[in-house]
Amino acid sequence: MTTPIATSLRDLIEGGPPPAGRFGPYGGRYVPETLMEILIELERRSVELLADEGFLAELAGELRDFVGRPTPLTAAGSLGEAWGVALFLKREDLCHTGAHKINNAVGQALIARRLGAKRIVAETGAGQHGVATAAAAARVGLPCTIFMGAVDARRQAPNLERMRLLGAEVRLVEAGDQTLRAAIDEAFRAWVADPVGTYYLLGSVVGPHPYPWLVRRLQTVIGEEAREQVVRAGGLPDVAVACVGGGSNSIGLFRGFLADEGVELLGIEAGGRGGEGDPHSASLARGTTGVLHGAMTPLLQDAHGQIVETHSIAPGLDYPGVGPEHALLRDLGRARYESVTDREALEALRECSAAEGILPALESAHALAGAKRWAGRNRGGRVVVGLSGRGDKDLAVLADGAHHV
Amino acid sequence: MSEGSGAAAITAAIEASAGPALCAYVTAGFPSRQAFPEILRSVAAAADLVEVGVPFTDPMADGLTIQASNRAALSAGVTLEWIFDLLEAEHRHLEAPLLLMGYYNPFLIHGLERLASSLARSGVAGLIVPDLPLEESEPIREALAPGSRALVQMVAPTTPPPRLQRLTAASAGFVYAVTTTGVTGQVDLDPGDLDHLARVKRAARLPVLAGFGIRSRRQVAAVARLVDGVVVGSALIEVIEGGEDPGEFLRGLRNGEVPA
Repeated sequence: MTTPIATSLRDLIEGGPPPAGRFGPYGGRYVPETLMEILIELERRSVELLADEGFLAELAGELRDFVGRPTPLTAAGSLGEAWGVALFLKREDLCHTGAHKINNAVGQALIARRLGAKRIVAETGAGQHGVATAAAAARVGLPCTIFMGAVDARRQAPNLERMRLLGAEVRLVEAGDQTLRAAIDEAFRAWVADPVGTYYLLGSVVGPHPYPWLVRRLQTVIGEEAREQVVRAGGLPDVAVACVGGGSNSIGLFRGFLADEGVELLGIEAGGRGGEGDPHSASLARGTTGVLHGAMTPLLQDAHGQIVETHSIAPGLDYPGVGPEHALLRDLGRARYESVTDREALEALRECSAAEGILPALESAHALAGAKRWAGRNRGGRVVVGLSGRGDKDLAVLADGAHHV
Repeated sequence: MSEGSGAAAITAAIEASAGPALCAYVTAGFPSRQAFPEILRSVAAAADLVEVGVPFTDPMADGLTIQASNRAALSAGVTLEWIFDLLEAEHRHLEAPLLLMGYYNPFLIHGLERLASSLARSGVAGLIVPDLPLEESEPIREALAPGSRALVQMVAPTTPPPRLQRLTAASAGFVYAVTTTGVTGQVDLDPGDLDHLARVKRAARLPVLAGFGIRSRRQVAAVARLVDGVVVGSALIEVIEGGEDPGEFLRGLRNGEVPA
């Protein structure tokens, strides 16, 4: 019997776009009619291109020569010893522009050029996707406009300047919650205004079909490399841990181990300050299914279907939804999701920096804190952590945070 | 609206209009919950159809005016329940059929299984859901019980011909032709937009109303040559915000002299 939607792990492992963009009950394409034909065409062309040898060779060349792939898998001896595990860090912080976001940005910018787009628009939260998109757009020779929440722009000021230096026009979003969610709303509006000439370079595995599949496909390189590297270093891990905001670096890492039944997949969401009733960003752990930004997915919303304000010290995790594929992985029991607090993430960040000489991004520090907790339950285990980005962008928050965390 | 088909009542109201049909959009509970019933009555007396907007935190197809009215309504505590209760009390006194216009999530969270009865008790003839394309609309269509409440389909300038046929055939009540690419409230329609409206009219069996960016008597006159009427939203919200009489504004759009 064939099933019309991807509902099993085997369907997910297949790797192609799921029929109708459905990951079980999640996903889909909930957008204004103006965008429907554009998304149908994007799906068709990106499926074609990602099976085209010439395009794949061009993408591989850019990942090697521009992004700097493969990124290393670093054995973190001191930190691993302190936590009682064999610890390996997948070093996406060493990608050009400082985070995994560039894997997707470069891939989609090449697609945009092939589609004949006249400009690129994108949203950004932490600024990492904005910087990556600005760099990729410059590389392929397309103008780009980045939408960034005014609150995020204040806490990630260096990235704002970097985007401008890379030639992007940055529009600060004063509407809504002035963070990633409002930036996505505004990028959508810019896209609706010029759907034919504009390419929307969405930065995570969220949004309407085909983005959750397309972005995952472009981030799978993380997991593919990590699996090969950790096996070469002595064998498969017991667990792969990554932070989950929208969920692009985690899905990229998890995809490498999806078919390895013995490898636990652990996603770490942002628990915020962690007090009863405090805002957080743990959509998988505490959300309910709804529709936002084009997809049906677990959301942080109130009893009336209004989206609530979220909080995380890590702007890249500060989002009320999550990628639909994660929701299906959760329901299937293939991946598990926990949350850590701002404070736990900061502690892990300081530990990793001092012990390993690696300053992780606040987002990635959530994955480290989750790995530390896992290590407490599994002494002697073998752990791969997705170190999704570097923490240089967070220096202002870190200096400030020292006072009250 | 009482018993019978919401779709038929909507279509009949458009066809009964002497000039170009006028569908007025008002955000529920704007400018305040107290002032809204009076605005609703005034608008229903001047227009052929009334779209009551269900506010949402993330209205991605809307421009600044309707974003702001959504925020104001949400701050004032407007919920879908409040809207159903208000319309239950008001609808028998209103002179035009009512539609709800809102993003999918609040309807979904209300519960599709009780949506039909909520719409019935509040006298709502149909729904417009801007982020629900035909492909995702099956659950709500089933919930609305065919023939009872209308789901109005939107078509856009980017909709290709075969899809246009499918959408116009699937619509109920009328076909909502989005005038131009962009969000609500933008101004300036160009000749290409008008060609698109003519295409929609040729494809549609139902009446066609054009919306997005309609704000002047001159535009209404130009658009009415091609389709059956217009939807007015952002411009009306601005009138309400400015404390002017929304009924007078609507009558002026339709009946006034077209300036040279």
